[in-house]
Amino acid sequence: MTDNNKSHNLEKFSYDNTIVKWFAYATIVWGIVGMTAGLLAALQLVFPVLNLDLPYTSYGRVRPIHTNAVIFAFVGNGIFMGVYYSLQRLLKARMFSDFLSKVHFWGWQLIIVLAAVTLVLGKTTGKEYAELEWPIDILIALIWVVFGWNMFGTILKRRERHLYVAIWFYIATFVTVAMLHIVNSIEIPVSFWKSYSWYAGVQDALVQWWYGHNAVAFFLTTPYLGIMYYFVPKAVNRPVYSYRLSIIHFWALIFIYIWAGPHHLLYTATPDWAQSLGVVFSVMLIAPSWGGMINGLLTLRGAWDRVRDEVVLKFFVVAVTAYGMATFEGPMLSLKNVNAISHFTDWTIAHVHVGALGWNGFLTFGVLYWLIPRLFQTKLYSQKLASMHFWIGTLGIVLYAVPLYWAGIMQSLMWKDFTPEGQLRWQFMDTVTKMMPFYAARAVGGTLYLVGTVMMAYNLVKTIKAGSFVANEEAEAAALSTTYVAHEKDHWHRAIERRPVQLMILSLVVVAIGGIIEFIPAFLVKSNIPTISSVKPYTPLELQGRDIYLREGCYTCHSQMVRPFRSETARYGEYSKAGEFVYDHPFQWGSKRTGPDLARIGGKYPDSWHFNHMQDPTSMTENSKMPAYPWLLEDQVDVSSTVGKIKAMQKLGVPYPEGYADIAAADMEKQARVIAASLQNDGITIEADREIIALIAYLQRLGKDIKGEKKETAEK
Amino acid sequence: MKFINYLASITGIGAYPLVSLFIFLLFFIAVGVFVFKGRKEYFKYLEELPLSNND
Repeated sequence: MTDNNKSHNLEKFSYDNTIVKWFAYATIVWGIVGMTAGLLAALQLVFPVLNLDLPYTSYGRVRPIHTNAVIFAFVGNGIFMGVYYSLQRLLKARMFSDFLSKVHFWGWQLIIVLAAVTLVLGKTTGKEYAELEWPIDILIALIWVVFGWNMFGTILKRRERHLYVAIWFYIATFVTVAMLHIVNSIEIPVSFWKSYSWYAGVQDALVQWWYGHNAVAFFLTTPYLGIMYYFVPKAVNRPVYSYRLSIIHFWALIFIYIWAGPHHLLYTATPDWAQSLGVVFSVMLIAPSWGGMINGLLTLRGAWDRVRDEVVLKFFVVAVTAYGMATFEGPMLSLKNVNAISHFTDWTIAHVHVGALGWNGFLTFGVLYWLIPRLFQTKLYSQKLASMHFWIGTLGIVLYAVPLYWAGIMQSLMWKDFTPEGQLRWQFMDTVTKMMPFYAARAVGGTLYLVGTVMMAYNLVKTIKAGSFVANEEAEAAALSTTYVAHEKDHWHRAIERRPVQLMILSLVVVAIGGIIEFIPAFLVKSNIPTISSVKPYTPLELQGRDIYLREGCYTCHSQMVRPFRSETARYGEYSKAGEFVYDHPFQWGSKRTGPDLARIGGKYPDSWHFNHMQDPTSMTENSKMPAYPWLLEDQVDVSSTVGKIKAMQKLGVPYPEGYADIAAADMEKQARVIAASLQNDGITIEADREIIALIAYLQRLGKDIKGEKKETAEK
Repeated sequence: MKFINYLASITGIGAYPLVSLFIFLLFFIAVGVFVFKGRKEYFKYLEELPLSNND
């Protein structure tokens, strides 16, 4: 089997441990930062005073900071730590270029810092998990290419002919994340920190959740499976349970995952066939996911007794088990009858955190505890402390997830509860109030998890101080012969395994198939999005208001999607139609109802209600947990941006009359004065150029078009 | 110009989904055959790869 390798003299080389060390440090630091942001967001839901009445610290901005930090900073650096360590050793080669490694590391940290600063400042695209604005999107693409270049350079100069399965997962990660990021980030810039999504409404939703779901698949899952396939056998010192299973696991997982996105859009205004496609493939996902979980767990066959003593194995076992639980639950949540209850509730949040805290978090911790002592040629400072971390972390996950499962189901059932007379039994606010003890318990769980992480940081710092770092680890291996001598019964798949570029292309074909089938009909078939004649583009003031809505992250708590259930139409009004969103660049359907749906909020309350509500939510709704937005009453709308915004919308196909951009500012002022006058009538004096006026204009517009259609029909 | 026009102008685009499905089926049958017919020593070699370093 190794004939091709053995026929040459051994070459001396060294592994680059410095880059692994840097990524490990970044993982720890950003992990603590991201989790702290999450804890702050969790506490803000219980104690709104923690929003501090400042734009920079309000929930709508903190929550995207938390999600971006834990996904792209904590897990992102964790991925690179695992990849840079295992890739070199699996290929028996140093990384292709130390310079590219450095560019990759510092470029990624720059992206994280830029992301943190811009999100705090409210610069956002308003698309979940893809909030970063276009200059950062371009930077991400460039740095991602640097990572791929470095990885493929290493693969090409390798000393081991065959690519171990972990590397396949890394290659699939690279190619798919590139595809997802580029397709979903197509946007038209308005200014340096403002852009509009190329897609609108239903199409934007399909692309976004194709991206969003596959960010879970190809950022939080496939690279971590690669890490599992390397580090679990390493830690147990025995090979993976079944290599055959890992091959099926790989191809089935990457093919099926890419289709499952529409399960985030069940019962929404997306075409039925797309929803069904999402459900079918989501259910099918159980097979490869559990194949992978079983493969990971059974790698410990005959070594289970060691789990008692070795903390690394403890973390790995819980991580892989959490992966199994989350990937069983995911398909269940994709069933329409379950989704009807779970969607928009905290059940989803619990589900996500079983994966994030259990699978990603614990696998990362396990790798760190295994790796750092090796990089520093020493023993872990305290096994006992690490064991305490394990238990406090596990308890944290349970305390985080269980209350949210309970609360999510409870709230959903309350939303759907009718009295015998046929009236909705609960006001929305009643259901929010009932959530508070559960939110508080969740924050306790999160605190425990964070404390465990800090304990780990302390333990690792102590370990690092006691050890001596090996920057360049000496190794030797035979170079590959230039010609490959094929075996008699060589098989086509073996040929692919030897050829990384072909493997990448085949992976791209496999993942592109799902995307193509989902999108092309949605873009092509006009009947998928029936047009509604009464739906008109937003006025310039409403457009400005919508951008304020995006900036403040209102979508993190409010949906704009009334599903076709009696409980929803009774509470919010007529269910949402695909044709209502054709001018929504980006769509704002949301994924969570911490507050009520806003799709039909227009005209429900007077302007003054919105004014008072934004200034102090509790003045209108007792016990409201919404942050206050006092700065909207002081800040002026940036009128100078209006022309650019209208022109950008025109480029995207929004039918403003030709030359409208030039008179838009005048229209804007006119509409603003009407709202200011209406507020004046209710005893509120405010300048017409304030942001609150634009936001009120937008909120009062929501859902009104379709009411207009009804009126037209009645008149006919 | 709307995005849809670029896609709609691709000749015979309606066949893409069917072709994709066909590729998918063939590919998975091939992977299945490979996995079940592959030689044991070969897989043994592959699965030992992570363990071949002494660190």
